[in-house]
Amino acid sequence: MAEKEKLEALRMRRQQWDEKTAKSLERFPERKEKFVTGSSEPVERLYTSLDLEDFDENEQLGLPGEYPFTRGVQPTMYRGRFWTMRQYAGFATAEESNKRYKYLLEQGQTGLSVAFDLPTQIGYDSDHALSEGEVGKVGVAIDSLKDMEILFDGIPLDQVSTSMTINAPASVLLAMYIAVAEKQGVSPGQLRGTIQNDILKEYIARGTYIFPVEPSMRLITNIFEYCSKEVPQWNTISISGYHIREAGSSAVQEVAFTLADGMAYVEAAIEAGLEVDSFAPRLSFFFNAHNDLLEEVAKFRAARRIWAKLMKEKYGAKSEKSMMLKFHTQTGGSTLTAQQPDNNIVRVAIQTLAAVLGGTQSLHTNSKDEALALPTEDSVRIALRTQQIVAHESGVAETADPLAGSYYVEDLTNRIEAGAMAYINRITEMGGAPAAIEKGYIQKEIMDSAYEYQKQIEKNERIVVGLNKFQVKEAAPKGLLRVDPSVGEMQKAKLDQLRGERDNQQVSDRLAALKEAAVTEANLMPFILDAVKEYATLGEICGTLREVFGEYQQSVVL
Amino acid sequence: MDRPIRVLVAKPGLDGHDRGAKVIARALRDAGMEVIYTGLRLTPEQIVQAAIQEDVDVVALSILSGAHGHLLPKVVDLLKKEEVYDEILVLGGGVIPEEDIPELKSKGIAEVFTPGTPTTVTIDFIRENLKRKQ
Repeated sequence: MAEKEKLEALRMRRQQWDEKTAKSLERFPERKEKFVTGSSEPVERLYTSLDLEDFDENEQLGLPGEYPFTRGVQPTMYRGRFWTMRQYAGFATAEESNKRYKYLLEQGQTGLSVAFDLPTQIGYDSDHALSEGEVGKVGVAIDSLKDMEILFDGIPLDQVSTSMTINAPASVLLAMYIAVAEKQGVSPGQLRGTIQNDILKEYIARGTYIFPVEPSMRLITNIFEYCSKEVPQWNTISISGYHIREAGSSAVQEVAFTLADGMAYVEAAIEAGLEVDSFAPRLSFFFNAHNDLLEEVAKFRAARRIWAKLMKEKYGAKSEKSMMLKFHTQTGGSTLTAQQPDNNIVRVAIQTLAAVLGGTQSLHTNSKDEALALPTEDSVRIALRTQQIVAHESGVAETADPLAGSYYVEDLTNRIEAGAMAYINRITEMGGAPAAIEKGYIQKEIMDSAYEYQKQIEKNERIVVGLNKFQVKEAAPKGLLRVDPSVGEMQKAKLDQLRGERDNQQVSDRLAALKEAAVTEANLMPFILDAVKEYATLGEICGTLREVFGEYQQSVVL
Repeated sequence: MDRPIRVLVAKPGLDGHDRGAKVIARALRDAGMEVIYTGLRLTPEQIVQAAIQEDVDVVALSILSGAHGHLLPKVVDLLKKEEVYDEILVLGGGVIPEEDIPELKSKGIAEVFTPGTPTTVTIDFIRENLKRKQ
């Protein structure tokens, strides 16, 4: 039978099936009137090849490691090497965090991921008035190169890859990392890792911005340019949908707004005179993994396909490496419940499967107690073990993109692509992501989804186990991690000592040179590196740039 | 007095997680209250100034950074200093461990709403516990 006749036969059969099913529905109605995904996209009763009539496997999927990379960025995927298991960690002082990193490496973790405290992320020293109460709370406090030397003490930087969740002051922390490596005898060319460096999503969803849009974009392109020459193995940005999703977006919005941000960075770098293939291979992405397993898998596949097409067709990339969307995944913090926290282990396992079936390059699994506090060592170990069980026992890593060809998954992938492209086109018409953020458009779209989600839960249209169904009476959880409240005082004392020991004339000379360079169009990375090496503090360096650039004023959107 | 309940929703400190603050702000608004949302990164001093200027009945503070032990009581202290604490109901919300709540309450936070609290619970609490008669 020819293809067409086969399809016609199926269509006839489907029609009969629909009629038969409609009859039985009178006696056995379905659980709900309407079925939707985790992101409220409609789900049909059944998917068949009739849903994929225009489907072209060659064009839409290709093969693993080949354009448009729907099936993954490497030909052998996890048969070659598992994803990097990378737990985001850091709290209190550099000494405490250094201990946690060594523990994680001993437990089989294969990369580091540094969490900084909020003052560090916003470019304030620990003794700044606004830092009070925040020092060491959500991550490690880093005030100067001194702290960074302690943070990586005994960890050979030529042998680990390090991801740093740092955005507005990314250039400063990268400079500190380079300087620590140098002291270990490791050259910048040997360094592997990632800085988040994604300021647009800070304006949208995460909030640790410092400077206005324009100088922020300049710092980012300065880093692209510097690293392409000096630190060629470094991923210069991690364009993040994670926080957009945590802020309440749908899966489609996560893809759309993240890739729209990515486009803005590409355009800024091209504008600054960089050749697309010189920086694009070092762009990386960061996505969320929520509970709707198949929708999430489709999301990752759609994101890869869209990015590949954009890079090739819109930006004229020639190198395939520029077209590959490589990404880190973190399981969804906002999906965890404070109620019956052990249930979170199961949620994280499902999300781990989503990330792996979606072809992630690295993964952080959340710990069960994160809706309550920072995770304890025990709960972090369970989270890491979850990845190891999926890797070694589940079988899903044994072949590339195992869900390809599923009628449902391919249809979802197509729908997410179409939905995201509609958003991307709208944002392009508005003048790109920075303009859309300035107008509050992206923030408002996310907020609408977040509020809708909350209402669904409160009306019991959406069930979250333990939260609005299957509740139990529970005692308050015990043994949560507490950050030593004296961390702030300890950091202040360290700063006092530092300011007494260093060559303060050198420091002010370097800061003056940085300030002078900031008003020109020079690449600021070498100036920042010089200041860092003289032990200028993070707050001093960011303060100098604040004087020149000013600060971003948030547009408040409800 | 016959006017809608006025609520200041604020994010003290450096914390950027504002999903909860915005969701609660919208829910209070839909419940007929007048809501002023301050945006991110406010010092306790700025929050108290805004509360006085906007003549609010409720200050709802959202915090997920772990700095609640320091920042929430500070807002209460400043409200007391400005002699408006007797008129304003102060609430907290966010990732705040259960065991920290008694101390926050003893320091003048009327109630703390942790993750998973339905917005209706907060709305009812406000209506039943206003200090100023509407």
